[in-house]
Amino acid sequence: MRVNIEEANNRAVSIILQAKPALTGISTAGEAVPGMRKNLILHSGPPVAWENMCGPMRGAVIGGLIYEGEAASQAEAEDLAGSGDIEFEPCHHHGTVGPMAGVVTWSMPVWIIENKRFKNRAYSTLNEGLGKVLRYGAFSEEVISRLKWMAEELAPILKKALDRHGELDMKSLISQALQMGDEGHNRNRAGTSLFIREIAPHLAGLNEDRQKLRRVLEFLHSNDHFFLNLTMPSCKCTMDPAANIEGSSVIVAMARNGTEFGIRVSGLGDRWFTGPAGVVDGLYLPGFNGDDASPDIGDSVITETAGIGGFAMAGAPAIVKFVGGSAGDAVSFTQQMYEITLTENDSYQIPALDFRGTPTAIDLIKVVETSILPVINTGIAHREPGVGMIGAGLVKPPENCFHDALEAFVNRYSE
Amino acid sequence: MDTRKITALFTQDLRIINMGLVAFADNLKGQDVEVVQMEWRPPAGGNERLIALLERLGR
Repeated sequence: MRVNIEEANNRAVSIILQAKPALTGISTAGEAVPGMRKNLILHSGPPVAWENMCGPMRGAVIGGLIYEGEAASQAEAEDLAGSGDIEFEPCHHHGTVGPMAGVVTWSMPVWIIENKRFKNRAYSTLNEGLGKVLRYGAFSEEVISRLKWMAEELAPILKKALDRHGELDMKSLISQALQMGDEGHNRNRAGTSLFIREIAPHLAGLNEDRQKLRRVLEFLHSNDHFFLNLTMPSCKCTMDPAANIEGSSVIVAMARNGTEFGIRVSGLGDRWFTGPAGVVDGLYLPGFNGDDASPDIGDSVITETAGIGGFAMAGAPAIVKFVGGSAGDAVSFTQQMYEITLTENDSYQIPALDFRGTPTAIDLIKVVETSILPVINTGIAHREPGVGMIGAGLVKPPENCFHDALEAFVNRYSE
Repeated sequence: MDTRKITALFTQDLRIINMGLVAFADNLKGQDVEVVQMEWRPPAGGNERLIALLERLGR
């Protein structure tokens, strides 16, 4: 070998464990996200062209263009999206992560998370809730109105409260949430509650209209997933400094765009290795079934990449009521993930496993060697644009992206 | 050749670890024999192309 893989991986693991993600502010994508442009729409997963986008991603793009005032109708938005005047790039290429369709446009508010140890930043929009929401491909009037309220009222008020509070230690909050029955991907009730506990006194201290403050608190209270858009950029800025380490086989990003699933490997630079997005095995809302489902989509799998989410399900048995399976399955999933990871997290621990650290740092070589694929839990969007969320479940990534990555890794590093 | 050790095996209760096909373990269990099933799969699921790649990494 031209490199010492073990040493390279030890370095990557050390960087991941040293991360100190903190919520430092709220801005807009146009102001904060590197490389953001007015005619650029960010989306989840590896690169995908408009003509190859799945239904929910097209729906979210349509909604994004209506939200920005660039189009007045679905037809106008579709014409514009396909005209060549609008550019599409992955969130991941801009230090950003987006759940489900992951659509980010110029004026959307974004969280700013900084890894205090390595000074890199990551961004995510604010979570809209479940059901008929943009990230699941819905773009009706209620969706656009909610997005505008979030930009005009929610984000400015939270920004003022956050300024009063000061930086929020996300590593500490995520650690606490994992000990309270969350896993940080599809169960975020504890994390959202902890966030409200931190921010509520500072909301109360603002010189703001009481009705506005009430709306903000009611929105936070009604949205168990609010914390997801904080865990995701926390995981993103945890993993980014572990990228581009010569000889490391650690997987530093996994992401799906509803058409393809992709991974990035530390020692293989910015290249995506992709395979077809999988079908989610899950529980459906009344009136929907598997025939209605869009394939696997979203950047939220950055949580599993960083050792929480599906990898921490043993600590979140209640999640099976949302994604299916039994509490025993949740424990088995976590235990299996120790087979394909390089370390146990020293901050994120699982009480039900005697406070064992979550399985962290997926090793490409171990995945191929054991044929054990990362466990991912996820929401399910309707396959048609404009409908929204129809369920949640579990999904496995396509094997071939790991096989192709291993081949590239061997070709690059073996003598 | 000292055959006492191997002969002793046939006078003791069987203690069995089964690797691979579960059917062997199930058959023994059906005869009230205690057996531990070991989760084992060939590297890379037996895929020769992948095994060759892993060998180039010294695995």
